Amino acid sequence: MTGRHATPSDPGTPAPPPGGGRSGTRTVRAPRTARPRTPGRGVPLPLLVPALLGLAFLLVPLLALLLRAPWRSLPEQLASPEVWQALRLSLVCATAATALSLVVGVPLAWLLARTDFPGRGLVRALVTLPLVLPPVVGGVALLLALGRNGVVGQWLDAWFGITLPFTTAGVVLAETFVAMPFLVISVEGTLRAADPRYEEAATTLGASRFTAFRRVTLPLVAPGIAAGAVLAWARALGEFGATITFAGNFPGRTQTMPLAVYLALQSDPAAAIALSLVLLAVSVAVLAGLRDRWMRTA
Amino acid sequence: MNRSAHRPRRPLRTAGAGVAVLLALSGCSASGSGTPGTAGGALSGTVTVFAAASLEESFTTLGERFEKEHPGTEVTFSFGGSDTLAAGIGNGAPADVFAAASTRTMGLVADEGLTADSPSTFVRNRLEIATLPGNPHGIGSLKDLTAPGLKVVLCDRAVPCGSAARTALAAADVELTPVSYAQDVKSALTKVELKEADAAVVYRTDVRAAGDKVEGVEFPEAAEAVNDYPIARLESARNPAAAKAFIALVKSPEGRKVLTGAGFLAP
Repeated sequence: MTGRHATPSDPGTPAPPPGGGRSGTRTVRAPRTARPRTPGRGVPLPLLVPALLGLAFLLVPLLALLLRAPWRSLPEQLASPEVWQALRLSLVCATAATALSLVVGVPLAWLLARTDFPGRGLVRALVTLPLVLPPVVGGVALLLALGRNGVVGQWLDAWFGITLPFTTAGVVLAETFVAMPFLVISVEGTLRAADPRYEEAATTLGASRFTAFRRVTLPLVAPGIAAGAVLAWARALGEFGATITFAGNFPGRTQTMPLAVYLALQSDPAAAIALSLVLLAVSVAVLAGLRDRWMRTA
Repeated sequence: MNRSAHRPRRPLRTAGAGVAVLLALSGCSASGSGTPGTAGGALSGTVTVFAAASLEESFTTLGERFEKEHPGTEVTFSFGGSDTLAAGIGNGAPADVFAAASTRTMGLVADEGLTADSPSTFVRNRLEIATLPGNPHGIGSLKDLTAPGLKVVLCDRAVPCGSAARTALAAADVELTPVSYAQDVKSALTKVELKEADAAVVYRTDVRAAGDKVEGVEFPEAAEAVNDYPIARLESARNPAAAKAFIALVKSPEGRKVLTGAGFLAP
């Protein structure tokens, strides 16, 4: 939480109530800067060895990618318009999917965190289902729901002439389906941690519940929303299974970077490595750019 | 979904680092480790067969026969795009037998010296157009596929059915913009089965296997793009005896009968 965001306190509330201090601004920032390093002595071996193994397991494949990269032919590989077409499509679709997730995901998170209705636990579980569902299964489900012949899709086609499979909009939907749960979970967690008394205070002062949400809650949980949006964006960027199943694979229209990598790997591994490097660079850049905000809230 | 359809009700088995990486990339799950055991003269243990997606139905049948003829053996399949499988073998995936849908993809493996014997063609396959049941769009030729508004799926040129389709389209002098390039022949077919696409250029055998969910339309240019299917035992085979026996079954009159029954052509 940044100090900037935590000043929605309208005139009458000069400081957070003593008891609610944990969700205030300063207390979150303070431990971060003042946190002492772990005492150097005595990292037990049974913890250190698997920890280092785990670290190596995560890093070695990335290192291998760098080691085996066709550095000499790289400029040539990356100069191909198809690479940029796929990258541009990936960035556009991931961003659109994140935007869509924000529009419907934040209200959904609010509903789950702030209201009480029968079966809320079940709804919450269902929302997180796409997190654990294999993305290909998600793609099949989307086809059966929104395909030209699908449960909902046939009406979209009959009434509006909209067919989603094989379109860029289809890519965005497939990515949203897979990525939105990350946002919802993240925002819901932040909402639960935030003190509801600010909202209550606003409503007792005459604000409607929606105004309280917009003017008080939203700024309060903005860091959580940002963190969730980054997670969702990253997940959308890497989406493969649901995309190729639901939206197909056509250069410039539905062929995102992961699809391009997969197909290049079959015929031209050097090109696949080059494409992978681009995706890796994008991911690292995003992580680096948002490191501060993300690490703090995640 | 179709890419690595292991046989149903068999434990998922044997996938080395290479395949694990490939499958992880494609969002599928990899599997444990196999324990091949060759005891004395009799065949036993697991034979792992990597086969082109179009061979799924006939090889599954042949695998069951093999297990019946050689009790104590188990045939495990990994069906997928030939290029994916070839890349997996090149990366050290532990397979005993490789059956590809084109001589080019087999060449990728053979050129690296990964085959134990020289690959031989056991069947051939030709293309057909798969249309919706009853052929509502009246498709009769490749040219008809260019009709405006028609959604056609081709295989990606990286996989054999895609390169064959390109050859056939070139022979027919037809320029076609599909809605999607599928990653293997089965996923191209699935799009028509689900009625998401109006037509796909796939193999005759796939049309046959789909039963009445699609209707096949033959076209003359398919003769220009007949695929040879080579099979070979792999150098790294952990169960060479059983691998040999499986290849023998595929090439035997009995195996030929199963394959031609599925729509394949004799070599």
